[in-house]
Amino acid sequence: MALYILRRLLAVIPVMLVVAVFVFLLIRLGPGDPAAQLAGDAATAEDIQRIRERLGLHLPIHVQFITWFGNILQGDLGMSIANNRPVSSLILARLEPTLMLTLTTIIFVVLVAVPLGAIAAWNHGRWIDRAVMAFSVLGFSIPVFVLAYILIYVFAMWLGVAPVQGFVSPTDSLYRFFAHIALPVLSLSTIYIALVARITRATVVETLGEDYIRTAYSKGVRDRDILLKHALRNSWVPVVTVIGISIAALIGGVVVTESVYNIPGLGRLTVDAVLASDYPVIQGLILVFSFTYVLINLVVDITYAALDPRIRY
Amino acid sequence: MSITTRNWTAGLLAAVVAIPAANAAFVSSADAEEVVLRAVKHSALRVLDPIMTTAYMSRNHGYMIFDTLFALDENFEPQPQMVDTWEVSDDQLTWTFTLRDGLLFHDGELVTSDDVIASLRRWGERDAMGQELMRYTEEMNAVDDNTFEIVVSEPYGLMLESLGKPSSNVPFIMPQRLAETDSTEPIPEQIGSGPFVFVDEEFEPGAVAVYRKFEDYVPRDEEPSWMSGGKNVHVDRVEWVNIPDHGTALNSVISGEIDWMENPPWDLIAVAENAPNVVGRQLQPLGSQGMMRMNFLHPPLDDPKVRQAIMYAVEQESYMQALVGPPEYYEVCGAMFMCGTPLETDIGSAPLLEQDLDRARELLEESSYDGEPIVIMYPTDVITLSGYPPVTAQALEEAGFNVDLQATDWQTVVSRRASMDPPEEGGWHLFHTNWVGFDVANPIVSQGLVAGGREAAWFGWPDFPEFEELRRSFAAADGAEEQFAVAEQIQEQAYENVMYLPLGQYIEIAIFGDHLEGVLEGPAPIFWNIRKND
Amino acid sequence: MTTDVSFEAGARDERALSVWAATLRFLLRNRSVQIGGGLLVLMIAIALLAPLLWTVSPTRLDTAMRLRPPGPDAWMGTDPFGRDVYSRVIYGSRISLLVGLTVAMTAALVGTVLGILAGYIRWLDGILMRVMDGLMAIPAILLAIAMIAVLGAGIGSVIIAITVPEVPRVVRLVRSIVLSVREEPYVEAAVALGTPGHLVMVRHILPNTIAPLLVQGTYICAFAILIESILSFLGAGVPPTIPTWGNIMAEGRIYFQISPWNIFFPATFLALTILSVNVLGDGLRDTLDPRLQRSV
Repeated sequence: MALYILRRLLAVIPVMLVVAVFVFLLIRLGPGDPAAQLAGDAATAEDIQRIRERLGLHLPIHVQFITWFGNILQGDLGMSIANNRPVSSLILARLEPTLMLTLTTIIFVVLVAVPLGAIAAWNHGRWIDRAVMAFSVLGFSIPVFVLAYILIYVFAMWLGVAPVQGFVSPTDSLYRFFAHIALPVLSLSTIYIALVARITRATVVETLGEDYIRTAYSKGVRDRDILLKHALRNSWVPVVTVIGISIAALIGGVVVTESVYNIPGLGRLTVDAVLASDYPVIQGLILVFSFTYVLINLVVDITYAALDPRIRY
Repeated sequence: MSITTRNWTAGLLAAVVAIPAANAAFVSSADAEEVVLRAVKHSALRVLDPIMTTAYMSRNHGYMIFDTLFALDENFEPQPQMVDTWEVSDDQLTWTFTLRDGLLFHDGELVTSDDVIASLRRWGERDAMGQELMRYTEEMNAVDDNTFEIVVSEPYGLMLESLGKPSSNVPFIMPQRLAETDSTEPIPEQIGSGPFVFVDEEFEPGAVAVYRKFEDYVPRDEEPSWMSGGKNVHVDRVEWVNIPDHGTALNSVISGEIDWMENPPWDLIAVAENAPNVVGRQLQPLGSQGMMRMNFLHPPLDDPKVRQAIMYAVEQESYMQALVGPPEYYEVCGAMFMCGTPLETDIGSAPLLEQDLDRARELLEESSYDGEPIVIMYPTDVITLSGYPPVTAQALEEAGFNVDLQATDWQTVVSRRASMDPPEEGGWHLFHTNWVGFDVANPIVSQGLVAGGREAAWFGWPDFPEFEELRRSFAAADGAEEQFAVAEQIQEQAYENVMYLPLGQYIEIAIFGDHLEGVLEGPAPIFWNIRKND
Repeated sequence: MTTDVSFEAGARDERALSVWAATLRFLLRNRSVQIGGGLLVLMIAIALLAPLLWTVSPTRLDTAMRLRPPGPDAWMGTDPFGRDVYSRVIYGSRISLLVGLTVAMTAALVGTVLGILAGYIRWLDGILMRVMDGLMAIPAILLAIAMIAVLGAGIGSVIIAITVPEVPRVVRLVRSIVLSVREEPYVEAAVALGTPGHLVMVRHILPNTIAPLLVQGTYICAFAILIESILSFLGAGVPPTIPTWGNIMAEGRIYFQISPWNIFFPATFLALTILSVNVLGDGLRDTLDPRLQRSV
């Protein structure tokens, strides 16, 4: 086991290296002159050249990469061009809202989707099953921003039961935190509820067909006990996997959700940085998101290996 | 699934279900003890240096934390602000200014003459009007801690107008150590002597900027009028919240989460005004002017006939409909120095006000135009600009031009418009932008009328030495009548050369909760004098 | 699986054709395939016939007619520039389907080639899969946004930007099939008999990838349509000079309260299209390969 964990940890290095090279090249080869943006309306060509030199943009590209990569290893992600602040401090300041939004969403998704999937499986082929599956296909097909606008319109504007926008830290007020996060979580989670419900259903259906369940039936074990003790107990495997996979997609949803609900998180920062061609921030964000994604999948894999004796490592 | 998960569900359910009972709870529970004014600005505050950039957000930030020597009042007259008394020598060459007593920077230091001189010098490197003043200035001397003098080489009529320039770049006064920063680099600290203190620790670029009242600020005794007069602060804290989605921002004003929104899309103003507790008001008196700017360096727009063809092909009203919409918020106006200013005249503007495609085609026929595509930069991310380019594109196509409408973002336009390369090699033919009325209100401040070519002119680089002479003679003109006569000449020639095309004049409405009292009008948003009632 | 048995039998004449026809008939019996496929065919028909269906040019401005509600002159209302939303939505179906189908086919093609190479050439496997791992570690939307920022906005760059993040998933799928098929006795036998590598690939391995690729391809198609609309909506996609559903919504979003049709109509078309592709995918998966049910 220890060897397996070590091997998986080492495997993170090449992945992150690929990400780093890719991100650097991609962004540095891009158009747009950050120096001219900084200089603003009344700048002369001379001003722009001075700024270029200050930012090191006049150096050869491989020198820029080595400097950049060396700095990253020391935790220095560079300076934001648009804001003239360290990228790391920008990212840290925006971490909490995104973390709270994704965590609440994941918890909400698991709480809703697993029972939904199980109920559907238990009623395999009946109308409940069909309804759940129909909802799941539907939920899969509605773009998150369309859903977000509908929710704002209905709950915030029409019924007036939820705030329109913003974020409140749970350490300030737990109540206001939930009030503000409710609509974003609903918008963001729909697609994942659809996904996780489908997978739970599929697994439970499969498990219910397994021999040992049939045996349990024939022994006269009660229905409810079979569902809870046997069928559901195995369903964590796909659920954990899906959480690992969908973290990446969830991040995409976060970008949209944070923009619509004005949550000052990493997603908003991403959109702002892209619109401002703020290269260092885009680079930093991709690195941080990718690193998080890789780490989560590492944890998922290890959990998987630790919990399921059938998986070889 | 155990007890903990059940609690989570219960908590979430309770939160979702119980909200209606306490709609106000998410507005103002944590800040009962402090009066906080929350405002949504037109864009995010990024560069914290109002001298380095002309960005209006940086200027607005400047008015919060810095103070000015003079400030414009509602009669367009510069009034003393930091300055107490001043005099001009009989030969009109030496100006002596004395500062008010007890002016303090936020770090507790007294404001001195050295601070003032360093600040004016830095401003004079960047700002067009500042550069003009510096051309006339022989020397600036500190007479004592509170008194300084400016010696000019010949009489300069715009001295007080320059020191009280209301919009970008504003000659803000900062501590000498900050003013000695290279003018292409942002100042390292936010220390001013203005009515608000910037709270650096709480600043999240792109999300929120926080100011608190400067307790040691000494306001003047006069009533406030535009940027002049007493700057009395009646709130503890001001938060500038950036909400990029206009609909979301508007709804938060209606729901009371936000007190003030700077310029909502015009079509939505009616929605806000229909809400019971929201009022809409024009705060920026002159309004703004749209601008189409052509590149004079490259064919075919180096040919005046082609530029004139464009002027005949377009008309102001279509632009204003596309940009603004409801007619009560815009005005078709041929005055380059804005309708409603002392220099208003419609001389030379007729071709722009009425579309004349026949005349446009005729001119195009006579010109050197050879069917090359006109490269139009189309910034799609700024709502107050994205209305123009499609209108131009359609009009030019109707007149017989080939058009290459290149969608991009505003930041790219900002960097690309600085390129003097030919359009097919990363340059451009034309772009659109907007100016606050004060920034085009006379021939000296108006960047679009500088005709000094590659060296001195604004992007597009028109090069007309005689026109430059004419423009200079405005600065030297004696009295309003003579100034107006020169301005008329300038505008007539500007239209003939198609220096730029004004696309119409529009006003911006701010919407705010009716619990705000004492909101002032002015060339820039004003946060002093406002009381927040319950 | 029906397909590989028939290929294994070496029947590449008219019998193979009839196998395909039989497969198709078999597929068409599935309810999901009927509904999803039918809806998709309708959408494709709209896209193909778009120039006949729109009432005015989708890019024609009429600033005096802006933000009109739906009515006899403009069936779905007009947008902030006074353009006809109905004509724009109809035009938008072309872009969405073009992007969706192109991305699915390109990703499947590139992914299959790379996947087979990785599964077959051992020294390449390590490098290629590390690169794929790296690509997969970057969230798809972020990667797409960054790539468009570099490539410049345009339909071509949007297609590339959406395809690249999808390729690794296909590579993994194909590679795993190659690895498992390679161990099958009949393939080992063929190799032992001296069948050249490329023939083994064409005869034994490619046919096995068709069913899973078809299923995966439909999901990629749906995902690509969704991502395209999100990119346009965020202002980082197809330039707004081209009416796509995402662009129509992006331009209408701030007027949501006073003219919801600018969001409502394109959103409905978008959701219906994605729905039809997803339903079709489910149907294909159920009929072609029940085992795939577990892998999303």
